[in-house]
Amino acid sequence: MSAPVKSGSGGFETKILSNAQIAKDLFYTALITFPILVPIVAIRTQLDQGVLTWHSRFWLASCLALAVVIARGLMHFLVWNPRAAASLDVSASAKPTSAKRLSLSDRIGPYVSRGLLIFGLLLPIVAHLGHAIGIELPSFGELRLVDLATYILIYVMLGWGLNVVVGLAGLLDLGYVAFYAVGAYSYALLSTVYFPRWFGTGVVPFAFYITMPIAGLLAACWGVILGFPVLRLRGDYLAIVTLAFGEIIRLVLINWFSFTQGPQGINVPKLTFFGLKFKDEPGGFADFVSTHFFPLAYNRVQGYIFLYYVILAMALATYFITKKLRRLPIGRAWEALREDEIACRSLGINTTNTKLTAFAIGAMFGGFSGSFFAARQGFVSPESFVYIESALILAIVVLGGLGSQIGIVFSAVAIMGSFEIFREMDFMKAVLPTGTEPIQFRMLFVGLAMVLMMRFRPRGFVTKREPTVYLKEKKAISGDLVAEGHG
Amino acid sequence: MMRIWENNPELEVIHLTMRFGGLTAIGDLSFNIARKQITALIGPNGAGKTTVFNCITGFYKPTEGMLKLTHEDGKTFLLERMDDFMVNRVAHVARTFQNIRLFAGMTVVENLMVAQHNALMNASGFTIGALFGSKGYKRADAEAIENSKYWLDKVGLMNRADDPAGDLSYGAQRRLEIARAMCTKPRLLCLDEPAAGLNPRESDELNKLLLSIRDDHGVAIILIEHDMSVVMGISDHIVVLDYGRKIADGTPDEIKSDPAVIRAYLGVEDEDAPVEILKEAAAMHRAELREAGNTKTKPTKPVLTAKKPIAKKAVRK
Repeated sequence: MSAPVKSGSGGFETKILSNAQIAKDLFYTALITFPILVPIVAIRTQLDQGVLTWHSRFWLASCLALAVVIARGLMHFLVWNPRAAASLDVSASAKPTSAKRLSLSDRIGPYVSRGLLIFGLLLPIVAHLGHAIGIELPSFGELRLVDLATYILIYVMLGWGLNVVVGLAGLLDLGYVAFYAVGAYSYALLSTVYFPRWFGTGVVPFAFYITMPIAGLLAACWGVILGFPVLRLRGDYLAIVTLAFGEIIRLVLINWFSFTQGPQGINVPKLTFFGLKFKDEPGGFADFVSTHFFPLAYNRVQGYIFLYYVILAMALATYFITKKLRRLPIGRAWEALREDEIACRSLGINTTNTKLTAFAIGAMFGGFSGSFFAARQGFVSPESFVYIESALILAIVVLGGLGSQIGIVFSAVAIMGSFEIFREMDFMKAVLPTGTEPIQFRMLFVGLAMVLMMRFRPRGFVTKREPTVYLKEKKAISGDLVAEGHG
Repeated sequence: MMRIWENNPELEVIHLTMRFGGLTAIGDLSFNIARKQITALIGPNGAGKTTVFNCITGFYKPTEGMLKLTHEDGKTFLLERMDDFMVNRVAHVARTFQNIRLFAGMTVVENLMVAQHNALMNASGFTIGALFGSKGYKRADAEAIENSKYWLDKVGLMNRADDPAGDLSYGAQRRLEIARAMCTKPRLLCLDEPAAGLNPRESDELNKLLLSIRDDHGVAIILIEHDMSVVMGISDHIVVLDYGRKIADGTPDEIKSDPAVIRAYLGVEDEDAPVEILKEAAAMHRAELREAGNTKTKPTKPVLTAKKPIAKKAVRK
């Protein structure tokens, strides 16, 4: 088949395939996959009261075969397509004559982001199919896995937001959770108090879609409000002020009882499918689909899968906007600011505005994810916005490698995922003191992991900086040369 | 005799004084910088040359005095009243630094693109237009890259364009800093010791580059330099500072033969010069300083060996 041919020199050489060839390739893929899946998946034997019976599940085999075909199609268009590869990465365009042998990370690097993207898009399907054919991770239900992925993605998005401030602009922000809180409370208060008061209760099911942009804007405003007093501060002083800002927001939320209901928190409407609730009732999502499109039984999972795709879309938007901003003058100014503020000023860059935009845009992403967080939980309280959250997000950014977006995905999965793994490690109880749960040791583990990380890989998972513009050849810049910013 | 810098100068430094607490780094300094000429600012270490630069480029706010910049079209700017970044953005004064300040973690071409920030920012519709792929921005971006290529070619760094600036050799970093400053399209270029640390061949190339900037681009250059081959080779006008005061001002030939300069800076040529003259010069100098309210200079130190009587403050903002 016309899969990419690996050339002897170490680089990948790809043939340009016409659409017809790709279609042919996909047809063969289906032709091979489906017959293989028939004995494995489509025919299922069952021991029914001592009698061996079987039932067919051809629909499932078809779904799986379709998934394989779609995945292969995506590979054709995203990974094996030389044009897409050339626009997305350099290793494909790098001349095969270059004598420098690429290291493993350089060779797989460009594929990692696309692999992650495909994995992210297919995750609920994989989980669902896995569940359907009986493959499940130990005590990770289908629902649990999607929910955990949603939870991790919130932190990925927060990490990407904070990355703008800390990783690109080099401003150490220890109070990022404040913007998360602003976003969450914006959604909570607007959807439960102000929208019903201004527009009537009819708008409440749609509240998330109207409020999310507003929550982002409000958080951006708070970013600017925080930005102004700290513009002249650097390093440690900046960190302390942002830390204080995070605490101030939380204390205001606790103590301004008449506005925020203080520590009681607020019950907020959960996320709806553009107005359709994920409930087993007439007018719910499943009911609506059944009446208008195809029969669909209510399942709790539907709501979770929708939540997952919403946060995935939001996170991807964050990713691509940040990636784009890096290549624009504003993003270059952020990085230049991190490298040398004085040189920036000598080149006519208004560093005040540059810092404020970094704060505002970072805060905006925090606000977006805050409003999603509230819509997912259905409840907000100041408890969710404690300092440790800021520290965790910062740990994710630092562990991932300052300024690196892909590194942040890995560190978010490593940190937040490890928390969940601790929840599952019942066997650990044998060695732990009686009466303690493994989950209680999670911070100890994260702390230890951070210490080891800083000892052996001080610049994080991804240490290389990718240039934003190149003339002949894009060369990754060693982390040793990249400044960490002075606040 | 009418001097070229006296008529319609690019920059007039008028009674400039800069005090740091009780310390007078520059005292009542006045000189002119001619249009499209190379002016050298020389003097012993600690004479206040970099302080003058920091005043011109807005990093310091002078205690007294005026810095009047006049563009060829007649627009006048009072630099002492402007923010440092506005001095570059509006008045088109660019500078380099004594201790090189490149964006070490960014590539050479990125350094030059950052220098064109303001033009690109306007073209990008303050980012919003460019986010939606505006044609104007794409054009401006392509132009900026062309401009970067031009300057890379000019300073001979074309083959290093995609390398991080921090990986360049010292001389290449100095040239890149000049190219970066030129990418802001300045009318006045301030170079703080551009030849420091360069070998003779490199400083020869630097001379050619500076002459080309002056002749082909019509940019006025003021440079601080200790390397006399550079100073005497290319400058049209030399201003000599000592202890923050101007001791001489003229063409290179005049400066070479100026007794005050020889005494204070270039050293006494005649080895048999009576020690009394030196002592007298030192005493005169100390008296002058005392007049200026400068009490921190050690009175016992002879002038000629006084290396750093004035503490330089690091540029800090």
